[in-house]
Amino acid sequence: MDSDHDVKGKCAAEASRRPGEGAPLDLETLREGLRAKRGPELWRSLDELAATPEFEDLLHREFPRQASEWPEGVSRRNFLQLAGASLALAGLTACTKQPIEKIVPYVRQPEQVIPGRPLFFATALTHAGYALGVLAESHLGRPTKIEGNPDHPASLGSTDAFRQAAILSLYDPSRSQTLSRNGRTATWSGFASDVNGALRARQPLGGDGLRILSGTVTSPTLEAQIKEILARFPKAHWHRWEPAGPHHERAAQVRAFGRPVEVRYDLSKADVVVAIDSELLTQGPGSVRASRDFGAKRRTPDMNRVYSVESGPTSTATVADHRLQLPPAEIEAFLAALAQAVGAAVSSGTGGELVTDPHVKQWVDAVAEDLKAHRGASVVAGGEQLSPAALVLVHAINGALGNVGATVTYTEPVEADPVDHVAELRNLTKDMADGKVDMLLLLGGVNPVYTAPADLDFAKALQKVELSIHHGLYEDETSRYCRWHIPAAHELEAWGDARAYDGTVSVIQPLIEPLFEGKSEIEVLATFNNRPDAAGYELVQAYWKTRLTGSFDTAWRQVLHDGLVANSQAAPVSVTVAGSAAQTAVTEIAAAVQQARARKDGVTLVFRPDPTIYDGRYAPNVWLQELPKPLTKLTWDNALVIGPKTAERLGLRVEETVELTVAGRKDLTLKTSAAVWILPGQAENTAVLTLGYGRAETAHGREDGGAGFNAYALRTSDALWSAPVEIRRIGERYPFACTQNHHALDPQGNETKLASEEAEQRHVVRQTTLAALRKDPEVIRKQGEKPAADESLYPAWKYPGHAWGMAIDLNICTGCNACVAACQAENNIPVVGKEQVLAGREMHWLRIDRYFQGDLDAPAIHHQPVPCMHCENAPCEVVCPVQATSHSDEGLNDMVYNRCVGTRYCSNNCPYKVRRFNFLRYSDRESPLAAMLYNPDVTVRMRGVMEKCSYCVQRIEQAKIEAKVEDAGAPEAGPHKIPVGKLQTACQQSCPTQAIVFGDINDPQWEVSQWKADSRNYGLLEELNTRPRTTYLAKVRNPNPRLEPPSDSKSDSTSELKSEMRTTHGHS
Amino acid sequence: MATPDDGAALQSPEKPYKVPIVAPGHTTATVTDKISAVVQSRTPRWWFIGFGISFLLLMMFLNSVTWLLWKGVGIWGINQPVGWGFAIINFVWWIGIGHAGTLISAILLLLRQEWRTSINRFAEAMTLFAVSCAGLYPLLHLGRPWLFYWLMPYPNTMGMWPNFRSPLVWDVFAVSTYATVSLLFWYVGLVPDLATLRDRSRHRFWQVVYGFGAMGWRGSAKHWHNYETAYLLLAGLATPLVLSVHTVVSFDFAIGIIPGWHATIFPPYFVAGAIYAGFAMVLLLSIPLRVAFNLEDFITLRHLQNMGKVMLATGMIVFYGYMTEFFFAWYSGNHLEQFTSMNRILGPYKWHWFGLMFCNGVAPQILWMRRFRTSPFWLFVVSLIVSVGMWLERFVIVVTSLHRDFLPSSWGMYAGTKWDWMTFIGSMGLFLTLFFLFIRFLPLISIFEMRTIVPGTKGEPSRGSEMTEVPQ
Repeated sequence: MDSDHDVKGKCAAEASRRPGEGAPLDLETLREGLRAKRGPELWRSLDELAATPEFEDLLHREFPRQASEWPEGVSRRNFLQLAGASLALAGLTACTKQPIEKIVPYVRQPEQVIPGRPLFFATALTHAGYALGVLAESHLGRPTKIEGNPDHPASLGSTDAFRQAAILSLYDPSRSQTLSRNGRTATWSGFASDVNGALRARQPLGGDGLRILSGTVTSPTLEAQIKEILARFPKAHWHRWEPAGPHHERAAQVRAFGRPVEVRYDLSKADVVVAIDSELLTQGPGSVRASRDFGAKRRTPDMNRVYSVESGPTSTATVADHRLQLPPAEIEAFLAALAQAVGAAVSSGTGGELVTDPHVKQWVDAVAEDLKAHRGASVVAGGEQLSPAALVLVHAINGALGNVGATVTYTEPVEADPVDHVAELRNLTKDMADGKVDMLLLLGGVNPVYTAPADLDFAKALQKVELSIHHGLYEDETSRYCRWHIPAAHELEAWGDARAYDGTVSVIQPLIEPLFEGKSEIEVLATFNNRPDAAGYELVQAYWKTRLTGSFDTAWRQVLHDGLVANSQAAPVSVTVAGSAAQTAVTEIAAAVQQARARKDGVTLVFRPDPTIYDGRYAPNVWLQELPKPLTKLTWDNALVIGPKTAERLGLRVEETVELTVAGRKDLTLKTSAAVWILPGQAENTAVLTLGYGRAETAHGREDGGAGFNAYALRTSDALWSAPVEIRRIGERYPFACTQNHHALDPQGNETKLASEEAEQRHVVRQTTLAALRKDPEVIRKQGEKPAADESLYPAWKYPGHAWGMAIDLNICTGCNACVAACQAENNIPVVGKEQVLAGREMHWLRIDRYFQGDLDAPAIHHQPVPCMHCENAPCEVVCPVQATSHSDEGLNDMVYNRCVGTRYCSNNCPYKVRRFNFLRYSDRESPLAAMLYNPDVTVRMRGVMEKCSYCVQRIEQAKIEAKVEDAGAPEAGPHKIPVGKLQTACQQSCPTQAIVFGDINDPQWEVSQWKADSRNYGLLEELNTRPRTTYLAKVRNPNPRLEPPSDSKSDSTSELKSEMRTTHGHS
Repeated sequence: MATPDDGAALQSPEKPYKVPIVAPGHTTATVTDKISAVVQSRTPRWWFIGFGISFLLLMMFLNSVTWLLWKGVGIWGINQPVGWGFAIINFVWWIGIGHAGTLISAILLLLRQEWRTSINRFAEAMTLFAVSCAGLYPLLHLGRPWLFYWLMPYPNTMGMWPNFRSPLVWDVFAVSTYATVSLLFWYVGLVPDLATLRDRSRHRFWQVVYGFGAMGWRGSAKHWHNYETAYLLLAGLATPLVLSVHTVVSFDFAIGIIPGWHATIFPPYFVAGAIYAGFAMVLLLSIPLRVAFNLEDFITLRHLQNMGKVMLATGMIVFYGYMTEFFFAWYSGNHLEQFTSMNRILGPYKWHWFGLMFCNGVAPQILWMRRFRTSPFWLFVVSLIVSVGMWLERFVIVVTSLHRDFLPSSWGMYAGTKWDWMTFIGSMGLFLTLFFLFIRFLPLISIFEMRTIVPGTKGEPSRGSEMTEVPQ
């Protein structure tokens, strides 16, 4: 018990020392204690003072559960004790949280807990409300890594970058750590009594003036709780605001079907995919699954055909066979014409043709023909940035093509009580401004002061609310206006539940006690239901007790084990587009198009959720901040992205600041500043500004909070996704940290052009068409020169045991960044900050190169993930003076950190430039939170040493050990066989399209061996005779002959001849 | 070097290279007096000023090195893909400068070029100090400099040898051998002069100090015999080093596979470049020195002109090297080589390249004209330009090859930071500080060797046992 007290004392001291707090818990008690001690006795710290019995009493009163609290200054020994105890008990009872909270060292080693061997728990992580089933890796009670849950339909084992980075948010020291009331540290019981009093006062009024604002909610428990509150307080109201939610899509559904539904695409069955301004493979609740299906279909011999029509480059475009670049209004005209062409809508009756450009016309005809030829086996997907009318047409086209029920499924909405978020927020703001709201709960990190449309002026209205309660992971713009701030528990530290894109429910189980004083959403809501001390565990279990079939204990364990509730998908609904809806939509679009065409040179600003920090919620996450955006390769900032032609016309240069003005409704004029980035492939007269940046300085407790430019300042509730904008030059320079071609974008784009031409000349991204590949399977190999295997001074290595290799299919890489984030999490890769990225020193072991090809105004775009090539003839190995990088007997190019003296010769001599050097001390080797985050199987590198991709050597060794244990009885002969598929690298495991395979190339059973035997397989820069172990499968396009006539045999042979000539010439 | 007017020039006493290597009127006594006076007279004011400035620069060097060790090499401008920057550029630059000293003292000695006698002592000192500066850079540029000794083969508990395939290990041997031999050569040459200074010193302190350095030299025939043998042997040892050191340094690049580095022309043209840069530095030092210490009688126009000629010759070799690189880039048909060559001329570092061509290729051409070749002022200017040019050459080789190599996705830019510049300029402070100390406390011209070439003592300086008659 003594040790128990000890920890408590420490916790309390920590609590009162935390930054940003005003007064300690009970100053009077402390002062009294001090007064008594006045004289020769000096007190040195609050710790000492806190050792008094009075203080301990106070703690017991205030924090009855304090023993489990996680102080930052905890010693290793205490940590192990705590971690051991909590995990041990959790393991014994099948992942349930234990009420016993005594701290005792192991007396007997608990089952399953073996130091050095991680445990995996099935849980779920949500993004914008929707769940993705994951497996969380836990080392002695510390979650360290997120993997996809192979049994979960939304994941199938893959994840996205957001989920990979979630682990960092858990240990983020800038998270809010204590409850606060009016900015001063407060207690949970204080909060509970405050809420209780307020509710009691409102009881007779039926809860008039009580409002709840949340983001998208899919949690059944949470929904039940809110409904319970609404039942008790009939006049209360539940509002929703999801800044980047499917607002237009929802409106379109209501227009088309008269009700909200959930749309699911099955890309595994779609022969033709038409993406209209849509990021269907990288954004949205089902994108991970969509990527998986897409990848599977595209890898088959009868690969699909993808068209992407868009205003600016999307991830879809990088894997599309055809890409058409149009301004937003013209996209809608295209869609209307397409609807007419496939018979989803009749002629608009406006007289003039919607599409006049012959090229676009040809596109309409070709796409329509292709779609009609694949009735029931095609998908037309529309992006949220389209108008509701256009999205109605998307549904109509899918309906007309007979895709509904085949490749397109409509189900009951997954969101609890789906409502029009914009209208809800508008109403709430109006009521607040009118003084009708006196108690507001902002639940789950919703941050409307920052994210609400600029015309609503939410901040001003919020000030009129008497009792406002903000609940979130961070103190943010909104929390500053609120009386209460309740720190939220991370999803890895609290119980909950949520639904995936298809409705499947997962129970979210914690892997660790809350590090700070975080409370989950359901625990906060429980205070409104008079159960302030109810643990999340009880609340979730209470909900499911009546809903799981069979014996509850068995069923509950099954749910926790599987990570999902079986057969809980949303029920399909049968809806058809209302007869006149499509027609009305076409007419509407026609009018809008005429109007837009009248504007001529006016620039349209398009808002998109940011590919790395989404709507701003991930802004504090430095992994995501430093993740290069898939197309611009910018880090730490968003930019006003425009095309080269528009830049030229407006006289804008890269990194130049401009003032953006959107003329809103009434007399409202919205302005913000931004800096320009020129992106080839951005349609003329359009600009993109992603959401989530430009937040108030230190918005989330970090100095770099204010990076980028605030798109929300230009966003109004009636123009959520695009608005006409005026651009005025300010002309200051704002440096952008770009990870590719640092500073190379000169105004004329010459440098970019040079880089893309050189990439083509050097056969960096090899490609062909499906027809050409069928005609000549060797077409890819002929594109480069491959030296003979024995062309080396040194004798070839022999690999009697394993030989590790990797292959990456460029044809299905969408550049989504999941692999990069997974690599960062797995390998303890440090973040270096904007300044260091600017200096060209980013540390990612795996990078995704992006190349443009062809006309810079409308280029083809390629992604190419580049890890270490693990060359057989590695140029780095020869030049290292101290043998810090050397060849393993399994073909790995090993990096020995503690032997490295840092000459950097290896990096200079690496043709692929995959080596990364710790120029400064990048890794946090001190803070205890960082220590908890690190993967214990991977060294944390010090400054002055080189590092690089190791093919996740720690996983290889783990698998070898396991294989050896399995083979324990077998005679000691050769290496122990690792079962096929038992070993995955972190990047491979996370990849949503499964574009990366890894394994033993000595064993033909492994998929990687089969990929390497493919005729598309080639090595990057293989003419250097480095003989890379990482190889690529060339891109194969499946063009529509109507849009791209196959090159006749004559021109084909000449181009072949040319490459032949180059080859022989280079050889001589 | 025979030009058509050689014969005429030889007849004319005004022609500079007819100027004797020691001005007329000197006897062995005046030579000894004059050179010892530099050390033994009162310290001139300009010395304090010069030393003060050099010392401040040295402090700047120490300051930037301290910060470097504290923070890491990230304070420099190096990055991905340019992993080597100022440190390696400066290393090659300094070590190149050193070469002239060795060439003058060893090769010209063996070739019996008597004019070398006036300049070999301070040229050797220059070598030593340049190598000291150069040697620091490979240590400082390490990510973990405290582990530098891992590059050396020594028995250790880790059971690890260095990687003998790596040119950086060859560098360790080449540079350390070079530094050792240079030091020995310089010191052995100093011994008789230290004895002279010991004998001429009036103060007990200096008698002890110089006496200590003279290692009991009494000038006996046996001493002279041993001395001459040792000196010749060392000259023989040092001679191959003139060629080998920079050859090995050039391997640092030539062994790499980076286009722009991977070239067989590197060893000869690096050696020529080193001699080129070295003679430029000897000129930069000797021209002010002869004025400051009134040594025009010993370092005559003939010396300056000879050095100008060596510069012109080696400069042409270097320029030929540049052209060969371009020729072979074109002739190889290798796209990457061609791209790298074109990128040097047209890429973002084109002004560095044009600067290099001007400094190393164009500017020295004025040395064809005797008017410039015999003008200390113009020689000084050309030497300055050549020194800048040789630095630019290393910049172009190191940076432009790395900044755009194989994969366009990894292309980047490089620029030195203020710490790079402070370290570079600071290392000049180290060099100058050592040099100022040298000219103040040691005879900057070999006294005893000068005595052998004073007109009248002997027509030809001859070496070996018959030189015992040299007066004490």
